[in-house]
This record gives sequence, C-alpha cells and structure tokens, in this order.
Amino acid sequence: MTTIAALAKLPGSVSMSVRAFRCWLVMYRRTWRSSVWSSVFGPLFYLGAMGYGLGSLVDKNGTAPLGGVPYVVFVAPAVLGVQAMNSGLTNAMFPVFGGIHWNKIYLAARATMLRPADIYRGHLLFIGLRIAMNSACFVVVMAAFGLIRSWWAVLLLPAAVLLGVAFATPSAAWAVTLDNQTPMNYVFRFGALPMMLFSGTFFPISQLPAWLRPLAYATPLWHGVALCRGLSLGDIDPGAAAIHVAYLTTMAAAGLWLGARTYRRRLYV
Amino acid sequence: MSSFFPGTRGVRLIERHARFYRKLWLVVASGAAEPAFYLLSVGVGIGALIGDVAGPGGQPVPYREFVAPGLLAVSALNGALNDATFNIYGRLKFEKLYDAVLTTPLGARDVAFAEIGWAVLRGMMYSVSFLIVMAVMGLISSPWAVFALPAAALVSFATAAIGVWLTTYMKSWQNFEYVMLVALPMFLFSGTFYPLSVYPHVIGVIVAWSPLYQGVVILRDLVLGAPSADLLWRAGYLIALGVLGLAMAGRRIAKLLLV
Repeated sequence: MTTIAALAKLPGSVSMSVRAFRCWLVMYRRTWRSSVWSSVFGPLFYLGAMGYGLGSLVDKNGTAPLGGVPYVVFVAPAVLGVQAMNSGLTNAMFPVFGGIHWNKIYLAARATMLRPADIYRGHLLFIGLRIAMNSACFVVVMAAFGLIRSWWAVLLLPAAVLLGVAFATPSAAWAVTLDNQTPMNYVFRFGALPMMLFSGTFFPISQLPAWLRPLAYATPLWHGVALCRGLSLGDIDPGAAAIHVAYLTTMAAAGLWLGARTYRRRLYV
Repeated sequence: MSSFFPGTRGVRLIERHARFYRKLWLVVASGAAEPAFYLLSVGVGIGALIGDVAGPGGQPVPYREFVAPGLLAVSALNGALNDATFNIYGRLKFEKLYDAVLTTPLGARDVAFAEIGWAVLRGMMYSVSFLIVMAVMGLISSPWAVFALPAAALVSFATAAIGVWLTTYMKSWQNFEYVMLVALPMFLFSGTFYPLSVYPHVIGVIVAWSPLYQGVVILRDLVLGAPSADLLWRAGYLIALGVLGLAMAGRRIAKLLLV
C-alpha cells in the first residue's frame, strides 16, 4: 500500500520534463560564452558576404527573378531559416549522442525518477530555447538593417522556431540510437548542406533545372524558408502558409512520437 | 639520406595515417563533395542571377568561371585545416599518439613534418577531385591551369602549417571556436565569391594578409589564363607562412612532449 501511495505522488510528465530542461539551463549558464560566436556571428557573416557582397553583383544585373527586391532583402529570411535549421540539427545531434557516449548526462538522468520521454522532452525544450535565442538575434539584425518589409514579420520568430524544431525532434530521436558519430557528419554533408544550397534559399527555385524542382519543393527547408520569406516581404498567401505550417508541424510531431520510443528503447536497457 | 633534412623521417608517420584512413576512405571522399555542391549552387544558381563579372585582366567572364577557382582554393584550405586542427588536437590530447611515436627513432620535428605533410596530402586529394569537377563542367579555359594543383598545394601547406602550430596552444575543444572565428570570415570575405573591388580600399588592405585571398588570386589568374609575375611573390608569401608554421610547430610539439 505504501508503495502505491508513493508512486501516486510522482509529478506529471510536464513537470518532469521541466526538471530535465532546468538541468540543461544550469549547464548552459556556465558555457554560454563559447556558443555566442557560432550562433550569432556566423549568420551575420553570411548576411554580410552573401547579402551585401554578392548582392551588389546580383542587383547590378537586375532583380526581376527575385520579385524586384534587392538581393539582400530576398536572402535575409532564407539565412534566418538556414540558421534555425542548423541550430536545430547541431543541438539535437551532438549533445544527444554525447548524452549517451561522452558526458553521459542521459545515463545520469536515467538513474533519477525521470523517464526516457521526460529526458527527451526536457532536452527538446532546451533546444527550442536555443533556436529561439539565435533566431531572435537574427530577426533583430534584419529589422535594424531595414530588411523587413511587412508587419507580418512579427511572426518570423515563431516560424523560425517551428522550422528548427521540425528538424530537431526527428534528429534527436535518431541520434540517440547511434553508437558511432560518423553518420551525423553525413547528415550535415549530404542533408543540411545541399538543402541549404538548393532549397530556394540563395536563389529562387525557378533557376534550377526543371527535373530538380519537385525535389527542392519537397524539402522541409524550402517550406520553412518560403514561410519566412512570405512573412518578411509581406506577400504571404494564406493557403500556402497553411501548407508550410502543416508540413513542419507534422514533421515535428512525428519526431516527437518517434523520439519517445527510441529514447525508451535506448535508455531502458 | 632520409635524415639529411630534419624531419623527413616523419614519412613513416604519414604511412601510418594512410593505413589508418584506408578504412575511413568514405569520410575523406565525401569531404570533396562539399565544394562541389557550392560550385553547383553558387556558380550555376546564383551565377544565372549575376551574369558576367570582371575577370583578372578586366575582361568579362561568366560568374561560374570566376567563382570556380575561388572554391578550389577553399577546398584546398578546408581539407588541410580540418586535419591540421581537430585531428591533431585529438591525437595530442586523447589518443596520445605522439607519446608513442617519440619512443621510436622519430623526433618532434618528424611529427610536425608528418602532420603537416599528411594534411597537405588530404588538401591535395580534395583539390584533385575539385579540378576534375571543374574540367567536366568546362570551367578550365587555360593551359596555365596545369599549375593549379601545385598552387593549391601551397594553400594547403600554409594553412596546415599555421593550423598545426596554433593547435599546440589549444586548451580545450571550446578553443576551436577561435578556428571558426578565423576560418568563416576568411572563407566568406577573401575574394572567393566576389571581387575585392566591392569593398572600400581599407578592407582590401586587411584582406590581402589572408592566405586564402592570395591563393584565390593565384588560382584565378592561372585557371583564367592571365598569370603575371605578381603570382611569384604571392606564392612566396604562402611558402613563408608554411615554413614559419613548420618550424614553430616542431618547437612547440617538442616543448609539449619532451619536457
């Protein structure tokens, strides 16, 4: 009888996930300095080099294929999207793998009353926070440089976070199953990099050969970038936006469902 | 004979790496794909938005021909830099490879020679595969391009030597943020993607110190067929950086391991 009473007092899964989340906050409070560089200055450099440097060449040649806006205005929401994707992927792969193999924080958490799904969701909360921080910095920079053309842009931050989380949930669900870190590098090299280069980010998809276009339209990054670009330029079409949001939400939800299972299989040996 | 030049016994250590990486060939091979992706995206996709730009002699060239030699220099730099920083640090701190090496007739200078040599070899593997992509896409227009591979090797040499030297000062993985601090702006602002003339003059003076910029100029002039005597002092700068890095790396490794 006493055991049952004790079990009944276990906190709910939300409060348990928040506990796992707070553990990540404690660690981040001590190491945040080293992350500032890659998460804030990296996208700024891309914006400077691609947007202004390369943009000066593009604008000289005419901006009709871009819908008549300067190249830097065209490319900035895409850099925001790429940055959100990269934040989602890097934070959801290497630290998850490390939680099992390097600093073994997951194995420590397993020894507490946290269940695998709590460990997973708590970590995702932290990843979501990191994506939101990085994206917010970038949106502020876009606004400061006058690259935002519409009030719809107040929705840029949630859109970027949705994009990042859509990449984070399945990646974490997969990374936890790995015993070798090499496949994660392949995800960046053969997944993230080609997506970043060909998903209507640095040039419109209409520039691609016709047979490649359906592939580009199918990538999650394109949906995220199209959403961000529509919000930033203000020419968003409600129907298209609904499709983008539905696509990304489905991906995030599928990842959540999968992760609860893979974490369970991995952590309950 | 092999001990006539200090450090050349390190060839044995290069052989060790070659045997070790035979199993990991896919990692090495896939590294070559990265600049090829950039070439397709930036050269073909963005190139169509840009049209022609001014080449080395001022004549207009299609943008993809302009950017290809720049990305060749980047692939030479990246191949060498990744090996010369992350991998050296791992071998130095965690694998303790050099502690084992020093129990053999090899010395600290041999280690520096071997690590820089191996990084240059990796850079050259990337360069060769990139040159093949360029040739297939019809982006090589001058016979001077036969000197592109040795020139790319100089970029790898300068990067690898400086990289190994600075890695000996690293205290933790977090310090590698500093590698990104230098590598990313170098990649984006060394005249790889657009001519230096889009910047104010002052910035051009700073960029001229970047070994990548010097490599980009050498390779672009060679591949587009407009070489001048200038290229010799640019190459001299890269060699000087490499020799400096090689000498200092040997001293630092000796200090770290033999004290």
